[in-house]
Amino acid sequence: MSVARFWRKQINRYNLVGTHCKTCDSYYYPPRNVCPKCRRDGEIEPHKFSGPGDIVTYTIIHTAAEGFEHQAPYVLAIVQLDEGPRFTSQIVCNPEDVHIGMKVKPVFRKLGESGDNGMIYYGTKYVPA
Amino acid sequence: MRDVAIIGVKNTKFGEMWERSFRDIVVEAGIGAIEDSGVSGDRLDGMYVGNMSGGQFVEQEHIGALIADYSGLSLDLHIPSTRVEAACASGGLAFRQAVMAVASGHEDIVMAAGVEKMTDVSSTAASSALAAAADREWEGIMGATFPGLYAMIARMHMDKYGTTSEQMASVAVKNHKNGSMNPIAQYKSPITVDSVLNSIMVADPLHIFDCSPITDGAAAVVLAPADIAHEYTDTPIYIKATAQASDTIALHDRRDITTLDASVSAGKRAFEMAKMTPADIDLVEVHDCFTIAEICAIEDLGFAKKGEGGKMTEDGETAIGGKVAVNTSGGLKSCGHPVGATGIKQVVEVTQQLRGEAGGRQVDGAEVGMTHNVGGSGATAVVHILARER
Repeated sequence: MSVARFWRKQINRYNLVGTHCKTCDSYYYPPRNVCPKCRRDGEIEPHKFSGPGDIVTYTIIHTAAEGFEHQAPYVLAIVQLDEGPRFTSQIVCNPEDVHIGMKVKPVFRKLGESGDNGMIYYGTKYVPA
Repeated sequence: MRDVAIIGVKNTKFGEMWERSFRDIVVEAGIGAIEDSGVSGDRLDGMYVGNMSGGQFVEQEHIGALIADYSGLSLDLHIPSTRVEAACASGGLAFRQAVMAVASGHEDIVMAAGVEKMTDVSSTAASSALAAAADREWEGIMGATFPGLYAMIARMHMDKYGTTSEQMASVAVKNHKNGSMNPIAQYKSPITVDSVLNSIMVADPLHIFDCSPITDGAAAVVLAPADIAHEYTDTPIYIKATAQASDTIALHDRRDITTLDASVSAGKRAFEMAKMTPADIDLVEVHDCFTIAEICAIEDLGFAKKGEGGKMTEDGETAIGGKVAVNTSGGLKSCGHPVGATGIKQVVEVTQQLRGEAGGRQVDGAEVGMTHNVGGSGATAVVHILARER
């Protein structure tokens, strides 16, 4: 991912900042430009999420994505935040311990690095709460 | 709108074709479909070509023009040719565009083709290209792979409905058995539940034998208005419904992670258009990119109650000769999954079945068939219903 493409969403990735629709009181992470429910009637504002959530579903990836080879096996999960939205995150834990319904909390971690320019991407991963 | 019929079909062999190029295979499919239809190539009014990632797999874009050119349809004729992209649903969507072009009356004789050449790059590069069908900024960046996304669907399906690894394996066993009778299939060896469960884990709970392979292949069909189809063939196959639906690009944003709402919506629209129900369907080619995907598909399309797709498969109700024959071609799992070609290959298989030309895998007395093609983890679904009777 290019430097500019990553930096645009840096505040969201570093600080768990998503969006809130004032019209229907829905919360979104990742952030949305338009409320999918209210569409043009929605009123979107930034929202910093409190952090805790629980695991909705998960997998242990043995055949890694490009650039993640040295991490395999790693745990990938869909996390539901206490405010409602769901998103995909790595869970930093022993793969044998992960389970549906597991309580997790955010941590600031390295996500990866760019092969071409050496830039390191940081963002939010999750650990058992 | 006019009724539309299929008058010619052709699949290439599916598999690793290192000695043949992208353009070689799609031209073979196109010429084959033209010959099967009895139409002269210069009668074509238009072409729609499904292709997902020519840019990443063979560093070639501008696919529509390339294929018209190498099919000999550019010089003097200048036949319009359009590339259609919707990830792994590109072929199904190209077919839908062709159907609509004929139905609208704007074009008469139209070709729909699909092609992907996936083995000219390393398997890592192929996986990376395929990952572009998911949300790169919010799934890919976290290390998500396609097997990983479907594994998360599978894990939740197991937790919610008690679906087992053995039931998922039974999808692969059935499809390999069907594929063993299909001359174009990539994998013709029958497998067992044990061999699936003992194969290496790719993304828990999915083993490598739960996954469709990397494949080269192409497929093509020729369409005509139903009113003149008999001028070209004794066995036109009629399109009773064409439907398409969209859903969230990311799996995490779905209403229910175990249900592909795009499949539900496209299926419902197709049944309404054809004035049919699942009970009317003799065979269906569903998008089994992973074994759990076939289980979800038969549930989402209404062939199984939600949560019972695994049991239905294990009980043999989706085998040839069962309640509804699912993936007689061998599916994506055994026949192979050249992503842009798959949706067209499904139409070719159903057409051959309805014509009674499917050999050892023939469904006795098949009158009505369905195709179901999915893009990504379910952000696009394209469904068609085909029939022998107009």
